[in-house]
Amino acid sequence: MESQELDKNPAVRKLRDSMPRAIAEVIESKGETTIVVPADELLRISEYLATDPALLFSFLSDISAVDRFPLEPRFEVNYHLVSLEKQVRLRLKVRLPGRDPAVHSVTPVWPTANWHERETFDLFGIRFDGHPDLRRILMPDEWEGYPLRKDYPVTGFR
Amino acid sequence: MTTTTTIETPVGPAQPMVLNMGPQHPSTHGVLRVILELDGEIVLKADPVIGYLHTGIEKSCEDKTYSQCITLTDRIDYLAPLSNNLGFCLAAEKLIGIEVPKRAQYIRVLLTELTRITSHLVWLGTHAIDLGAMSVFLYSFREREEIMKIYEYVSGQRMMTSYFRIGGLALEPPPGWLDRVQRVVDSLPGHVDEYEDLLTQNRIWIGRTKGVGYLSAQDAIAMGVSGPLLRASGVAYDVRRAFPYSSYDEFDFNIQTQTAGDSYARYQVRVAEIRESIKIVRQAMEKIPTEGPFRAEMPGIIPPSREEMKTSIEGLIYHFKIFTEGFAPPPGEVYQAIESPRGELGVFMVSDGSAKPYRVKFRAPSFVNLQSLPKLCEGRLLADVVACIGTTDIVLGEVDR
Repeated sequence: MESQELDKNPAVRKLRDSMPRAIAEVIESKGETTIVVPADELLRISEYLATDPALLFSFLSDISAVDRFPLEPRFEVNYHLVSLEKQVRLRLKVRLPGRDPAVHSVTPVWPTANWHERETFDLFGIRFDGHPDLRRILMPDEWEGYPLRKDYPVTGFR
Repeated sequence: MTTTTTIETPVGPAQPMVLNMGPQHPSTHGVLRVILELDGEIVLKADPVIGYLHTGIEKSCEDKTYSQCITLTDRIDYLAPLSNNLGFCLAAEKLIGIEVPKRAQYIRVLLTELTRITSHLVWLGTHAIDLGAMSVFLYSFREREEIMKIYEYVSGQRMMTSYFRIGGLALEPPPGWLDRVQRVVDSLPGHVDEYEDLLTQNRIWIGRTKGVGYLSAQDAIAMGVSGPLLRASGVAYDVRRAFPYSSYDEFDFNIQTQTAGDSYARYQVRVAEIRESIKIVRQAMEKIPTEGPFRAEMPGIIPPSREEMKTSIEGLIYHFKIFTEGFAPPPGEVYQAIESPRGELGVFMVSDGSAKPYRVKFRAPSFVNLQSLPKLCEGRLLADVVACIGTTDIVLGEVDR
């Protein structure tokens, strides 16, 4: 199983070689590769994936979070990467605790992460350390609560 | 409002003027607000403020069954409802593992390409009217109306079509619909020539768009922009070619690129894309078989045919169950991207094994493309901001969701 995964995706293979502690888990499902990485390694891995000449994941298409309430670790943040040269997709996943969820911003690697992270902060309350301008983006500035969390009712608090 | 940097002028220190453009400005295409810091007519800083149209579609999806969510996707990008339908349905199909019949796939391709044409026509018309070219607007809406009539004929709705369903299509397309498509694709190339006659060599048009809103290929990738914006900067990334879906790999079309990276280049790319879409529509018309199923068969997930529902007890039970409690895909998560008229439309769908999606995230191309607006217009004249907003082709419903 392990060796099959290694063969399948060059990104997984290269990461295992150069940063053995960086991969917590590899999930192959429905033709998509997900690499679960520890939160404190995310920025280093992102830099590596974006700049390594054999991978070149230069295009960050999306960041989205999932709330697994009441499970712990409660939050997942997913980063969907595209290598324009190799035409491959890859998903990075970071798991965060329910208390004070925070992860380092990837804006130094992909400037496009700016608004994606603001949106995730706005709707989930996940903090991105080192983000240049972490404000609410869709909800009004004075809004209380984080609407896409599972303990936030669909009808809102009234 | 945002900064208080002082600028030395010959008559002493001066404060930049802060100007609020929108949310009710006609050229912001909806309810976009841009806070502009101006030094005379030069834009020092532009800060787009969004969220005025936020309706919580992603949250609403978590409270609806998979089929019910399709009606919400129409309202995300209301200029390209069929593209959104397609993105959502493909994601759900990937999650469940449904193979859609070829006939339905080709019909989907045909209709989404028509959607690309209507969306680009609206863009062309509104962009031109923003820059003072009134007649193009009237012409392009005339042609758009003809395609809207096809939507109405096929799905019963002009705008909120909800015609694609998980596993295929909602209905068998009515007889004679391909003749209507034929009439449109026969007349359209001539009309596109008309627009080009009015604009391509027009000195005012060139003056307002050439060199305006420059975005280099490197910046475009770093800002994550996609669609015509990215291709006008010389990056040939098109989801239809890079990650084919719905049998796009069987179609012969060219990815239109330009290298100038300015508003004029984006205009050229979009007009060329209209022509490419016509080409794809023609191919699809030849490929679509006249007979055959328009949706897959998967009892319990895809509704049985009308006849089966009326004549067999299993069909009746499945019909009842699907429309009352929905169906439950296996737990898992998928990301499905399509090339919408505005760029990469991604749907990230998480299932927990219940009948309602646990999480749906729409990667809206307008949202990401709008982020590059400050890069396009900072350091340029105030009047160019209008050209820059127009050229990014945003739909605020999609930006705010």
